[in-house]
Amino acid sequence: MPAIYTILIINKSGGLMFDRDFLPGISKTNGNDTLRLASIWHSVNAISTQLSPMPNCLGIELLQADTFDLHCFQALTGIKFLAMTEPQTPDVANLLRYTIYDLYADYALKNPFYEVDQRIKCELFDNHLNYTITGLHRRWGHPV
Amino acid sequence: METMNAEIFTLTYGSMVRQLLVDTEDVEEVNKQLDKMGYNIGVRLIDEFLAKSKINKCVDFRDSAEKLAKVGFKMFLNTTASVTSWNAEGTECSLILEDNPMTDFVELPEGCSRKLRYCNLLCGVIRGALRMVNLNVSCNFVQDVLWDDPVSELRLKLISTGAENYPFKDDD
Repeated sequence: MPAIYTILIINKSGGLMFDRDFLPGISKTNGNDTLRLASIWHSVNAISTQLSPMPNCLGIELLQADTFDLHCFQALTGIKFLAMTEPQTPDVANLLRYTIYDLYADYALKNPFYEVDQRIKCELFDNHLNYTITGLHRRWGHPV
Repeated sequence: METMNAEIFTLTYGSMVRQLLVDTEDVEEVNKQLDKMGYNIGVRLIDEFLAKSKINKCVDFRDSAEKLAKVGFKMFLNTTASVTSWNAEGTECSLILEDNPMTDFVELPEGCSRKLRYCNLLCGVIRGALRMVNLNVSCNFVQDVLWDDPVSELRLKLISTGAENYPFKDDD
């Protein structure tokens, strides 16, 4: 069954801005570990652009493992949206590029009390993201 | 995209500029404050622009200026600008604002012509937004319909392009 396990947002300097798990019962890393992993991913992504034989590489977009897929979308401003999903979950790239980037622009950046590049603690963003992901999960037949 | 009434926007902006003039009592300071506010708006606005316009990476500065004038102004001001007067190196150009909703109903008070750059917020927005995609630009009003010029003209000058390579440096 397709599923979205986790969404992460990493700022342009590699700091973790947001992390949220969406399904119960998945193994969790603690806060500090997630922070460290996020910044390692940021570096690995940077290295990958240098490995590219062609110029203008934007880095890793999809990492596939036996138990999950990791999708990464990097906006032109350098912010990265990551989704850990069940393998073969459809349309995750578009979800990150359009839906979640949109929500970030609307509900985090337009909140005057949100500080750019800092941790996202915006209730409206949380609610809309939750709503989007639960909607998908319901469609895919997860118990709600 | 959600839209809003242009008049309420125009009036809100107008009362803000007026209040700034009253508070600072110095036209130059008002210009500076407007630019600063614009900058802070621009650094946030760019992500909305990229998210909703669905455009891809620009190939060069000419391309960026075109997209700014045609897509950006359309999205946020419901108007477009034309890009003209390129210099030979392709680093400087003028944005001619055909119709600027921000200046509707506005008449500058006595003594402010050629001093108060009423729409200086726009310059700040452009500077802030392009800064976030690694383009360092300067942006200034050289003509303004409020100064009785025939058109409003913004001069856009590319100063430098930041590192193309990730990771960004700290000061980015």
